[in-house]
Amino acid sequence: MMFVPGNNPGMIKDAYIYNCDSLMFDLEDSVSITEKDAARSLVFHALTTIDYGEKEIVVRVNDPETDTGIADLEAMVRAHADVIRLPKTATVHDVTFCDEQITRIEKAIGMKAGTTHMMAAIESAEGVLNARDIAKASKRLIGIALGAEDYVTDLKTNRSPEGTELFFARCMILQAARAAGIAALDTVYSDVNNEEGFIAEVKLIKQLGFDGKSIINPRQIKPVIDVFTPTQKEIDKSLAIMAAIEEAHKKGSGVISLNGKMIDKPVVMRAERVLHLARAAKVLGQEAEK
Amino acid sequence: MEASDMQIVKTGIAGTMESSDIMVTINKPTGKEIKIDLTSSVEKQFGKQIKRTITECANRLGIKSADITAVDKGALDCVIKARVETAIYRACESTDYRWEAN
Repeated sequence: MMFVPGNNPGMIKDAYIYNCDSLMFDLEDSVSITEKDAARSLVFHALTTIDYGEKEIVVRVNDPETDTGIADLEAMVRAHADVIRLPKTATVHDVTFCDEQITRIEKAIGMKAGTTHMMAAIESAEGVLNARDIAKASKRLIGIALGAEDYVTDLKTNRSPEGTELFFARCMILQAARAAGIAALDTVYSDVNNEEGFIAEVKLIKQLGFDGKSIINPRQIKPVIDVFTPTQKEIDKSLAIMAAIEEAHKKGSGVISLNGKMIDKPVVMRAERVLHLARAAKVLGQEAEK
Repeated sequence: MEASDMQIVKTGIAGTMESSDIMVTINKPTGKEIKIDLTSSVEKQFGKQIKRTITECANRLGIKSADITAVDKGALDCVIKARVETAIYRACESTDYRWEAN
C-alpha cells in the first residue's frame, strides 16, 4: 500500500503508474492544518477523474470526530474511495463512530450500505491493547494496520533497525486480525535509502504472518513484491499438494499423503495461501493449475 | 447553501508553484464578468482550455464575476478544478462544500 500525500498534485497524478496493490491518499498527517481543505478537494477530483486501474483506493481521513474529519468522509465516500483508513484507532467507539458516519453518508447519496470499507490504524498502546475488539468492531473493517511512528512515541521510545520495540504491537495486531478474519498490514519504513534494512523488515513481517506492508516510495514496491511472491519451488509444492487432495477425493480416500508425509488441513490451507499469493503476483496462470 | 449564496469577501489563494500544480488567486471583481490573468508555459496550446475550466468551475459554484489570477505549472484539469474550488471557498469564507463528480 503506497502512501500518496493528499496535497501533492505531482504525486497524485503519477500514482496510477506504479504496480502496487493499493494507494493510500493521505489527508491527515502529511497535510498541514491550513491545507486540509485543499488536499480534500484535490483527492476528490483526482479520484473522480483519474483511472487508477485495479488498485485498491484507500484514503486516510482526519479524526472523524472533528469537522475536518467529517468533511473528509463526506467527500471521500462520494468519491467512491474503496477504503477509509481511520487514523489513531484506539477504541471500539472510534470504529463504530466512523462506521455510523459512513452509513449516514451512503444513505444520503443513495449508495448501497456497506459499499465503503474501513481500515483501522493502530498508533498507540491503548489501540494495541484493544486491537482484538477493534478488529471485530465493524463489518466494514477489511484490515488493521500498525502506525509505528506515533506508537513508539506513545511508548516513550524510538524506532530501532531491529524493530524490537514493535514486536509486541505487531504480534497483537496480527492475532487480532486473524481472530477477526481480516488483513494485517505493517507500518512504513522511513529510511528509503536503506534497501537492505527495508528488505530485512519485510522478510520479518512476512514470516510473522502479515498480509502486506505500507510504503512511502515507489522504490519500495519491488522489494515487497519480491519478498511476498512465492518461489517456484513453493508454488510447485503447493500445486502438488492440491493435486494430491484432488486425487484422494476422487478415490474417496480419507487419508492423504504426499512423498510419504501426511497432508492435513493446515498443510492444505498453507498451500492454498501460497497459490493465492502466486495468483495475486501473476506468477501463476490457469494453465499451471490444471 | 445555494450556489448564488457564494459571495467573495476576501482574497482566496490555493495551490503552489510546484510542478503539476496551479496557483489560483480569487479577488473581488472589478467588472461584471470573470476575468482571468493566466500565466502558463503551455498557454498557446492549452490557454483557452485552462481558462474555460476555471470559468466553468467558478460558475458551478455560483460565481459569475471575479478577478482570477492563475499561474499554471502543468496542472491537469482535475487539479485546476480542485485549486479553483478551494480558492473560491476560501475567498467566500465558506465551508459548505458541494461534492460533485466531474
